[in-house]
Amino acid sequence: MTPPSIELVRALAGESALVVGALVVLGFDLGFGRRQSLEARWRAATLFGLAAIVAAAALVLHVGAIGAAFGGGFMLDTLGVGTCTGVLVLAALTLLIASGTTQLRNPAEFVAIVLFATTGFMLMAIVQQLLLAFLAIELASLSLYVLVGFDKTRPESAEAALKYFLVGGMSAAFLLFGFSLLYGVSGSIDFDVIGGALERQGLTPLMGVALVMVIVAFGFKAAAAPFHLWAPDAYQGAPTTAAALIASASKLAGFTFFVRLLWPGLGAIAGDVTVNHVVPGWVPIVGVLSAASLLVGNFGALAQSNLRRLLAYSAIAHAGVLLLGVMAAGPDGPGPLFYYASTYGLATVGAFGVVAVLERAGVGPRITDLAGLHQRSPLLAGCLAVFILSLAGIPPLAGFFGKFAVFAAALQLGGISGLAGWLTLAAIFLSAVALYYYLIVLKHALVAAPDPDRATPIAVSPGSALALVLAAVLLVVLGTFPSLLLGIFS
Amino acid sequence: MNALPCAIYVSFTGALLALVAGNRSAAAARWIALATAATAWGITLLAASRFVPSAGLQTLVDLPWITSMGIRYHLAVDGISLTLLVLTGLAATAGVLFSWNIEERVGEFFALYLALIGGVYGVFLSADAVLFFVFYEIAIVPKYFLVARWGSTNREYGAMKLVLYSFAGSALVLAGLLWPYAAGGGGSFALGDLAAAAVNFSRGEQIGMFALVFFGFAVLAGLFPFHTWAPTGHVAAPTAASMLLAGVVMKLGAYGCLRVAMPLFPAGFEFWQLTIGWLAVIGIVYAGAIALVQDDFKFVIGYSSVSHMGFVMLGLAAGNAQAVSGAVLQMFSHGVIAGLLFAVVGRMVYDRTHTRKLADLRALPLHRRLPFAAMTFVVAGLASMGMPGFSGFPAELTILIGAWKTSPMWTAVAALGVLVAAAFTLRAIQVSFFGATDPSDHKAGGAVHAYPRITLAEKAGALLLVGATVLVGLKPDLLLDWIAPSLQSPLFQAVLKGGAP
Repeated sequence: MTPPSIELVRALAGESALVVGALVVLGFDLGFGRRQSLEARWRAATLFGLAAIVAAAALVLHVGAIGAAFGGGFMLDTLGVGTCTGVLVLAALTLLIASGTTQLRNPAEFVAIVLFATTGFMLMAIVQQLLLAFLAIELASLSLYVLVGFDKTRPESAEAALKYFLVGGMSAAFLLFGFSLLYGVSGSIDFDVIGGALERQGLTPLMGVALVMVIVAFGFKAAAAPFHLWAPDAYQGAPTTAAALIASASKLAGFTFFVRLLWPGLGAIAGDVTVNHVVPGWVPIVGVLSAASLLVGNFGALAQSNLRRLLAYSAIAHAGVLLLGVMAAGPDGPGPLFYYASTYGLATVGAFGVVAVLERAGVGPRITDLAGLHQRSPLLAGCLAVFILSLAGIPPLAGFFGKFAVFAAALQLGGISGLAGWLTLAAIFLSAVALYYYLIVLKHALVAAPDPDRATPIAVSPGSALALVLAAVLLVVLGTFPSLLLGIFS
Repeated sequence: MNALPCAIYVSFTGALLALVAGNRSAAAARWIALATAATAWGITLLAASRFVPSAGLQTLVDLPWITSMGIRYHLAVDGISLTLLVLTGLAATAGVLFSWNIEERVGEFFALYLALIGGVYGVFLSADAVLFFVFYEIAIVPKYFLVARWGSTNREYGAMKLVLYSFAGSALVLAGLLWPYAAGGGGSFALGDLAAAAVNFSRGEQIGMFALVFFGFAVLAGLFPFHTWAPTGHVAAPTAASMLLAGVVMKLGAYGCLRVAMPLFPAGFEFWQLTIGWLAVIGIVYAGAIALVQDDFKFVIGYSSVSHMGFVMLGLAAGNAQAVSGAVLQMFSHGVIAGLLFAVVGRMVYDRTHTRKLADLRALPLHRRLPFAAMTFVVAGLASMGMPGFSGFPAELTILIGAWKTSPMWTAVAALGVLVAAAFTLRAIQVSFFGATDPSDHKAGGAVHAYPRITLAEKAGALLLVGATVLVGLKPDLLLDWIAPSLQSPLFQAVLKGGAP
């Protein structure tokens, strides 16, 4: 029996590496950066940040899925390790893109806060206990608020940060209230113990209130309708890389945490929607959020003329599918949900990466500004096509199998006749609606001729190009061989 | 036989090569495309020469793909798919020859074109429902870019309509495939296993599943009333894409109906048979009647395509071996003839006269100025009317006889459609090619500069297609000997009744 402190160090080795890395980045910039040019400081900060992420990923994979640690406070299972690795990959891509596209004045602080946010995501992926969970979520959220408002030269950034902060702060209040009720009802903060207590008690009215609080808070965080209103504004105003992180890594970690809280913790009061009437519990609430997100996201996106806002509505629609995956994750395991969330994250990081490169070159923000991209930069156009088609769910890209796996799992819940079946059918048909707005983006990027005044080539920095190509290749490989990810759960 | 999967790989590799080569030299991209299409066609012909007809699918490759969901990379072939594979190769090769004059973004054009072809080969070779669906969707997206970028009249509208219809159809199919998978316990997506599991489903479930899958595919096959994408799409598309759309892509839908929907849910087919048959018959007559009054030459051909695909759907609906083998023969025949018609209208005529209005064409003595085009169109028109000696005749005859056994009323109305087809084809021939008999009657006639000559590539493409329709017209047994044994497989026997060919 190893002493708890040693066990804790082992379980959190990856997180520790990130924190150390963040401190090194800050320290190096403080000590040596003042005399350097901004580019050099960015380069140094990115290099140290990437080194920390690589070290963290190596440690996470080295430790592996060792199961419960620190008295059950953390759970390093396949899902946890997979999510940690996924979050690190997404953060690394974000950093690579940021290094070549932003001219923000404080590179070390930016990189360090990205690393802190990633630490929060990694903790969210493995916590099994309410108090630690709240700390992890707040570490990630506070870092993200700062990142959204990081661009002090643009008022939109401050506006986005304020909106995001106010809504996020309110959702944190909901979450804490919900957690405290959970604790009050069950007498414990451990998911396992809560689960046991709920099995004895069943769904009490007080428990119902707690459920609603927790799910509302999560709806805010995940930008699920009807709690989505902050998302388009935040995605539009934030520095692009911050938006990329919110849309990708934060989603992946958030949904992993949500599945862990709901199924092992609150699985006893899941309720049921696989039959024609509703058995009360949290599944029906999640189902309502899912349906609303699918509708609002897909139909809202149809009306967008700004690329970032379109991506925001697409994120809302994808949150709807992810919530469907949450409903199916209990009986069928988290494999489909994890596959969907991680490949969606890759495609979103990539799409925001393209937006970042374009904005650096003065292109955007309207979709029509993409016209002639195929001439101005075949690389960007090709990568954008991969990301957008993956978001649309076209094979052989990973987005298709994500949808396929989630829908198959959701239909296996109770066949087509129950409410879950109808929701799945709606999601399948709405994907045909989604293709329309995705194709509009590609029409401008790949088909339309460039405006003659602005037909100049667009330069892509090597770091950004590497990140975009890496994301595109990953999407193709994971889409052609989905077993690489789906297989680790079976 | 085992080389057949290479047709898929060759096409996708060729697409990449054409994309890369197109950046440097347009000519290189063209030759790569031609070599790729011809090689893939050669592979199918070689396989056809060694093909031993038998009941059931002959497996070519069978590897585990996504083990956790029971999805396999399973490619297999029988007489039906072989017929369509040969057609794909032929149409693809001819299509490249007819797009030799593409000048803009040549590499990208042929890359998308070959990617589409690769997807089509994949569909015809798949024996796993998911694999089938994946290739089916791969074939959808390139169509959008081909039409939206290189098309003509109202191209962005036509392209979007085409793709959204296809994708909505495939959403129905996806739902219709996941439903039996989930209800059957989620073991496998192999067509045989799905059919075996479907036996346990209630009649009501089968009716629902069949409707989703069949009508999902029927959208792409141009079944009335889901056909409206076809004329606008065909008209907007560049010539080679129209040839592929009408010639091959619409067959994907009909093939999906035959390969997936019918054997999997026999009880569902029984319920919907009457509806499908009448929709097919209405489509034949209705689309023919519309073709009769079009003033755009390409719309005439577009609607004639819908009308001819109605015969395919009628053959499927009749549900006996004779009608179904006729339907497969009609798929081949229509693929060749529609390709030829679109080639004449889109490439030989429109690219030279820059008008497709029948009223304008009437003023041009095209039979003098483009004699080769006129001759080809007359031949294609005769074939399209179902004249003996061309492939349309045995195909439509087999379908009509087969349909008679199921419902004489269908045959009676469909025969009316044959008359209408003769009417609109003759009208198109007469108005567009033999309008002005004397060039001096027309004021501008003498002043107009000579049209560019019909190129060697066009002649080669036209000869390929004419040769194919005449060959099959004179000796339909070439194909029927492949098709008929395939229909004896247990999967098809569950749904086909009576009327041995």
